[in-house]
Amino acid sequence: MKKLKLVMVGNGMAGCRTLEELLKLAPDLYEITVFGAEPHPNYNRIMLSPVLAGETKFEDIVLNDLAWYRDNGILLHAGKQVVKIDRKAQKVIAADGTEAEYDRLLLATGSSPFILPVPGKDLPGVIAYRDIADTEAMIEAAKHHSHAVVIGAGLLGLEAANGLKIQGMDVTVVHLGDWIMERQLDKTAADLLQKSLEAKGLKFLLGKQTAELVAGESGRVAAIRFKDGTVIPADLVVMAVGIRPNTALAESAGIHCERGIVVDDTLQTYDPKIYAVGECVAHRGIAYGLVAPLFEQAKVCANHLAQMGIGRYGGSVTSTKLKVTGIDVFSAGNFMGGESTEEIVLADPSAGIYKKLVIKGDTLAGAVLYGDTGDGAWYFQLLKDKQNIADIRDHLMFGSHHVGDAGHAGQNRAAAMPDEAEVCGCNGVCKGDIVKAIKTHGLFTLEDVRKHTKASSSCGSCTGLVEQILASTVGGAYQPADTNDKPVCGCTDHSHGEVRKAIREQKLLSIPAVMQFLEWKTSDGCASCRPALNYYLISTWPHEAQDDPQSRFINERAHANIQKDGTFSVVPRMWGGLTTPAELRTIADVAEKYEVPTVKMTGGARIDLLGIRKGDLPKVWEDLGKAGLVSGHAYGKSIRTVKTCVGAEHCRFGTQRSMDMGVQLEKMLFGMWAPHKVKLAVSGCPRNCAEAGIKDVGVIGVDSGYELYIAGNGGIKTEVAMFMCKVKNDSEVLEYSGAFLQLYREEAWYLERTCHYVARVGLDHVKKAVVENPARRAELYERLLYSLQGYEDPWATAVATGSKEYKALEVA
Amino acid sequence: MSDWKKLCVLDEIPRLGSRVVKSPNGKGGDIAVFRTADDEVFALHDKCPHKGGALSQGLVAGKVVTCPMHSWKIQLDSGMAVAPDVGCAHSFAVKLEGGAVWIAL
Ligand code: SRM
Ligand SMILES: Cc1cc2nc3c(=O)[nH]c(=O)nc-3n(C[C@H](O)[C@H](O)[C@H](O)COP(=O)(O)OP(=O)(O)OC[C@H]3O[C@@H](n4cnc5c(N)ncnc54)[C@H](O)[C@@H]3O)c2cc1C
Ligand code: SF4
Ligand code: FES
Repeated sequence: MKKLKLVMVGNGMAGCRTLEELLKLAPDLYEITVFGAEPHPNYNRIMLSPVLAGETKFEDIVLNDLAWYRDNGILLHAGKQVVKIDRKAQKVIAADGTEAEYDRLLLATGSSPFILPVPGKDLPGVIAYRDIADTEAMIEAAKHHSHAVVIGAGLLGLEAANGLKIQGMDVTVVHLGDWIMERQLDKTAADLLQKSLEAKGLKFLLGKQTAELVAGESGRVAAIRFKDGTVIPADLVVMAVGIRPNTALAESAGIHCERGIVVDDTLQTYDPKIYAVGECVAHRGIAYGLVAPLFEQAKVCANHLAQMGIGRYGGSVTSTKLKVTGIDVFSAGNFMGGESTEEIVLADPSAGIYKKLVIKGDTLAGAVLYGDTGDGAWYFQLLKDKQNIADIRDHLMFGSHHVGDAGHAGQNRAAAMPDEAEVCGCNGVCKGDIVKAIKTHGLFTLEDVRKHTKASSSCGSCTGLVEQILASTVGGAYQPADTNDKPVCGCTDHSHGEVRKAIREQKLLSIPAVMQFLEWKTSDGCASCRPALNYYLISTWPHEAQDDPQSRFINERAHANIQKDGTFSVVPRMWGGLTTPAELRTIADVAEKYEVPTVKMTGGARIDLLGIRKGDLPKVWEDLGKAGLVSGHAYGKSIRTVKTCVGAEHCRFGTQRSMDMGVQLEKMLFGMWAPHKVKLAVSGCPRNCAEAGIKDVGVIGVDSGYELYIAGNGGIKTEVAMFMCKVKNDSEVLEYSGAFLQLYREEAWYLERTCHYVARVGLDHVKKAVVENPARRAELYERLLYSLQGYEDPWATAVATGSKEYKALEVA
Repeated sequence: MSDWKKLCVLDEIPRLGSRVVKSPNGKGGDIAVFRTADDEVFALHDKCPHKGGALSQGLVAGKVVTCPMHSWKIQLDSGMAVAPDVGCAHSFAVKLEGGAVWIAL
């Protein structure tokens, strides 16, 4: 089949990202031709400021080098500006006469700086700040001239001014407004920012309107005169007063434009053969000027160009970060507030810290942070997800707990960290490594950083920190993914929620069925999605869906925990932490017989036999089984332990029989698979010796019954469990805990612990289902019991079936 | 010179799974044989180029196995780590003949 012809006009960030996304989806659909007015391959425009500040070089900010175009069979006309679109003949014509025909045309012409229409605007020495040529012109000017004036104190103007100052010029920033960056900051934050920039040597003139640029003897600009008559010297003038979408080409071809080229939610223009993305576009009346929304557009547009027709672009919320080294400013959303909003403000001017959160109803509407922007990414996430913040409102200002500072307490301010500081303790990755990878590989997402550096790819406790480093390195270009709609993995565009819904509503019963129904992009998924799908299937359709051992992580497949040397550990269940002399004797015998190198008490109050060869596992289990010992599931996303204290059975303070209650719970939950591991504890009185306050379900005995706590976590980030309700007796403990765990099993995303799940849906949501609605509670409880019915000890099963999993092959 | 040795019948390796082959002659370490969804068979040294994890214990998808230790992805046909990771596990030639799996040692 002959390939379709795709022509792209504008070789910039949005356009090239669209091509990258398109090539991922449909590498062979089009023969692609690209016209770019600049004589370069696509580079990272937002890194021009670090180039100007001498922190990096042009070669290092190229995103797609010439080899990329070649390897993907793309014909690049660099340095050729398209001057005409002939929609009838379906071709474009460049200034030098080069023509290209198209079946589909993609306009990605970006925008141009707005030039103030004042006398002298065309003088030599007057420039804008848009591309590498402008940047080089500024660096060159700084070598020969001394007085720079930047008109406009927005993001771009301030970054230009900072760079010119570092290049050695005397710099004045002129601004019409009453405070700087008024579109991103409120006055208090702006004043603080201005003060720190003044400390770096920049001068500011506010409320000044430019009247004329005056030429000197050489014919080059020499001074600037304002409406009020004052004059200051200026031998370099940088205009940074705003941008205008480049629509002229589209308009001349009769394509409907307003502020930008008008597109619908699929990024199609009024001509169905022509698509447009990037700063040149007006979507629902908005023209964006930051790359994050443009990348979202690129993704959707590529999908439609690939003729897959999935996905719509619904607009973006944006956030801003200034890329001036050593200064931290962040703003997002409606940060000015208004009639129906409330504000929480924290100001410590002498420490240089100011934070304002704008709250509307039960959600965060906007945020301005100055000095300490550590929680910017977290606030932005809350804002974008429109998360209900009622429960956390009183400590919202003090930041997220999900910001990773494990191992480096008090040091979660990404920008202030030295390059040698370790960020990811699991993989030994330092801040400098991450920044370098972001810059050299042009990374924009957490996922990319994980792939290239491994940071945050193991336990995830440093995720918040890595996000901050990303945000502080790439500025507003960083967009945390919507957690709720984030695709499960690269194999699909569907989110966990969508997958769960499809499995339930379509009654899908196997992984291939899910993949087929949801049009998975890979033939058999990957190590991320298959375990998730397997869990969703067996939890939604117990006894009906197919459990696929090959889609389980080795530990769950082998029913033991793999060690670094390839041996396994075996942890038999000790119900409620109780054991008997006979059990202990058996364990001792097994340890001797199989030469178990290490025997250890676990933090879960039971005994671990470590270092067993895989081939010996069935024999070990057979011996343990004879004494009645069964699998402790220390290896699974499943019920782990129910810790208990001695309780009223022995303790002088005990009010409830906690050992017995714990054993009942553990027996009930035996074999329960879950989105992540599940741990419980039962204490006999509020002294809480079983540490029920940091468990997924914590039960504390009181004189009149039990208090139930949920969503605690003692792991990566300690979370104190939240009070759910009080119940009267043992059977209510079973029912309420069971109902809560079933709700979690049905609603959580795979690998979400209860604390993350409850943080996402809210404690109220859980209480409504489990506490306030007896009918719902009963149903949940019943579904839990049904799914656990008939579960057999996996060790006994492996022994009985003589599973091949444990036998090695030998060559004849 | 390599010799073809018979390993097992195809069905002894689970689809999208693998088996370990005991180090032949006690030398050179264990080998992992993998079977893909469409019944292609591959063999690699059972040692991840990262930190020596047992690749035979990984999860197979497409023509890639994900190491159970730190999730590097290793290509079954070449033994090369999937970029951006760099490294290589030695690969062995395998063939299917009359439902049996043969390996060249
Ligand atoms: C054996 C044990 C350590 C010990 O010797 O005491 C242990 C060992 C492991 N823990 Fe743990 N944890 C053990 C108790 C705990 C506890 C304490 C507890 O259970 O009361 C915690 C904190 C409580 C909690 O989970 O809320 C704990 C928090 C973690 C975490 C962090 C979980 C989190 O959500 O933050 C991980 C990582 C994970 O699961 O992703 C982890 C992961 C692991 C793994 C499974 C790592 C892995 O994936 O291979 C370790 C296996 C080591 C090995 O080589 O076999 N382990 N781990 C404990 C087994 C308890 C048991 O009897 O089942
Ligand atoms: C100095 C600076 C700093 C910035 N910092 C940030 C930041 O921190 N965070 C952030 O999110 N954003 C930042 N931005 C904005 C960001 O760079 C833009 O939003 C983004 O580059 C827009 O992408 P685009 O593809 O729409 O346009 P561009 O990247 O401008 O690409 C358009 C390309 O089309 C070419 N073109 C136009 N017309 C034609 C034609 N007729 N024929 C052929 N070619 C044509 C242009 O020459 C240009 O190369 C910054 C911008 C600048 C200038
Ligand atoms: S829970 Fe209370 S009663 Fe029980 S052991 Fe602890 S302190 Fe003693
Ligand atoms: S040993 Fe294989 S990924 Fe580390």
